[in-house]
Amino acid sequence: MASAEQTKQQLLNGRISRAGILSFLSAQGILVFFLLSMFVFSLFSEQFLSQSNIMTVVRQASIIGIIAVGVTVVIIGGNLDLSVGSMLSFATVLVVDLHDKIGPMNAILVMFAFTLLLGAVNGFLIGLMRLNSLIVTLAMLSVIQGLVLIYSGGQNVDIANQDGTWFPFFGRGYVLGIAVPVLLFGLLALLMQIVMSYTGYGRRIFAVGGNPMASVYSGIRRNWCVFSTYLISAFCVACAALVLGSRVMGSQNNVGQGYELLVLAGIILGGTSLLGGAGSIWKTVIGVLILGFIQNGLLLMGYPYYTQWIVTWVIIILAVWLDLANKRKRLLTTHS
Amino acid sequence: MISIKGFFRGRTIIQPIWVFVIAIFIFFSFMSEYFLSLSNITNILVQTSTIGLIALGMTYVMINGNIDLSVGAILGLAASLAVGLQDYGLTIAIIAALASGMLLGAINGLVVWKTGVNAFIVTLGAMLGIRGLIFLYTGEQSFYSMNFAFADFGASTIGPIPVLAIIFLLCTLVMHLVLTRTGHGRNTFAVGGNPEASIDAGIRLGRHMMINFIIVGFFAALAGVLLASQMGAATPNLGRDYELWTITAVVLGGTKLTGGYGSIVGTLGGVLAIGILRNGMNLMQVPAFYVLVVLGLILITVLIIDKKLNVPSTKEVRI
Repeated sequence: MASAEQTKQQLLNGRISRAGILSFLSAQGILVFFLLSMFVFSLFSEQFLSQSNIMTVVRQASIIGIIAVGVTVVIIGGNLDLSVGSMLSFATVLVVDLHDKIGPMNAILVMFAFTLLLGAVNGFLIGLMRLNSLIVTLAMLSVIQGLVLIYSGGQNVDIANQDGTWFPFFGRGYVLGIAVPVLLFGLLALLMQIVMSYTGYGRRIFAVGGNPMASVYSGIRRNWCVFSTYLISAFCVACAALVLGSRVMGSQNNVGQGYELLVLAGIILGGTSLLGGAGSIWKTVIGVLILGFIQNGLLLMGYPYYTQWIVTWVIIILAVWLDLANKRKRLLTTHS
Repeated sequence: MISIKGFFRGRTIIQPIWVFVIAIFIFFSFMSEYFLSLSNITNILVQTSTIGLIALGMTYVMINGNIDLSVGAILGLAASLAVGLQDYGLTIAIIAALASGMLLGAINGLVVWKTGVNAFIVTLGAMLGIRGLIFLYTGEQSFYSMNFAFADFGASTIGPIPVLAIIFLLCTLVMHLVLTRTGHGRNTFAVGGNPEASIDAGIRLGRHMMINFIIVGFFAALAGVLLASQMGAATPNLGRDYELWTITAVVLGGTKLTGGYGSIVGTLGGVLAIGILRNGMNLMQVPAFYVLVVLGLILITVLIIDKKLNVPSTKEVRI
């Protein structure tokens, strides 16, 4: 009641707008940071804000972005997925290798089927058997990387006849002037944002991640919800593999190594909590784009590529710290 | 009384991972004529000493309920420093390498303590950032040791036993005693078991966690120095994926990710299981990729067994 009274008073005094802006700023801190960093980089480099540069950055970020969309859903459901990097290697090697053997359409179908199967294995172990997601996906990271190496015999694969196929469309094509990877990233993100925000299914995922026991008591089939998040994650990885494979028209057998951590970095930077039950797709999109723009901006300013890792180290911790500090109304923890 | 459940829960003296270690040891002894020899067994100890040393520190951090993903990067930086600074003298290079590990561990611990950010996030960032520091320091170059005393040390033996194996076993013994016989060890379990209660009991939670991060940083750096002395060189990418191997070893050894439970003896078992599997399958001429699959499957199997035996049915609603 008191707060309602206060708000009314503030409304009357015309102070609500200022308080509103402040709370908006603290809630959307990541967006503010995004615009600020864009501004700073544009001061140092003229090309930074050019249309072609922005499109390049978004295009480069789209593979990590597509995977991050899926992993965000898993994290909102209260679990982790570390196996996406190996899964990306697996799917890319599979689709590239099968392209010449059974044709592009069949290769894509087989690749999606097998990647979803791996997602189902993850989902079965974590959702239905209720094992710890961190360890299971860590184990799957190792298993899938092994499978890739066994399948390819340790050799890199490539597509021999690059001219007579429509396969490069996914990585190199343009529709209405927009690169297909970007389009795919945008569409997937939009679709999942709508699913997570406006459907019963999305609400159930949030409920499961927020309080698993409560979700069970309110009649949600928690285990199958968790299972489905891993299918979504695997689907997104398959889409990313499509883009990666067709852009390179070949694949190393460890091409996805380390992607799981970059994806997590983007998601954390966006402000999705690893505890589950909170977060959103658009935040992840912004987090991934920030990583992309920082990388690009530092390169344009003449710093070597590994500088971005050091900068990422600092801003990831700062982002999460400020978020926590804002929640507890204190900068530092109190215990000694 | 020795019940099968207690046996698998690790309450009896022999932990399940050791049963597995003994089983694969016997298996490989029959499968390969070269496996069961003193030189091969000491070889396994040397091969596992890198992951093993890190796993000792990681056990402490994980019993605390934290995790450290930056150990691979710390190992890489320490190795580069130990080789790259040899112009200033071998002692200074090694001290600098070990100090860098402890310093980075202290930074991780301080951030976890003061900001309250989850250790997973803090060390994930550190893992990226420290790798950046390595590239910055080395300029993307590999370093080769011109000091032969350094390279000889990695291959030296006392009697028939390699020095690296002795260092590893000594460290294991010390860390086991610290965990089971000292106040710090008791606090480690207390903090992991119930952080709030441990604060109420007067444990300085933040400082305690920071000390454990310094310990794991030290061991990662030590492993880096020893690995560099084995190779007589250091590459900027050294230590990639070691965090995954280490965590696998510690989890195989029965330490819980949720904290409050674990042991150095179990961790040693987990480390040896990985080492024997790699070595044995190598001797059987199985391609190295199969080891990845087998290890992953074993990890999942251990998790399933643990789940089946440990979950009280009343705690969870079956649906």
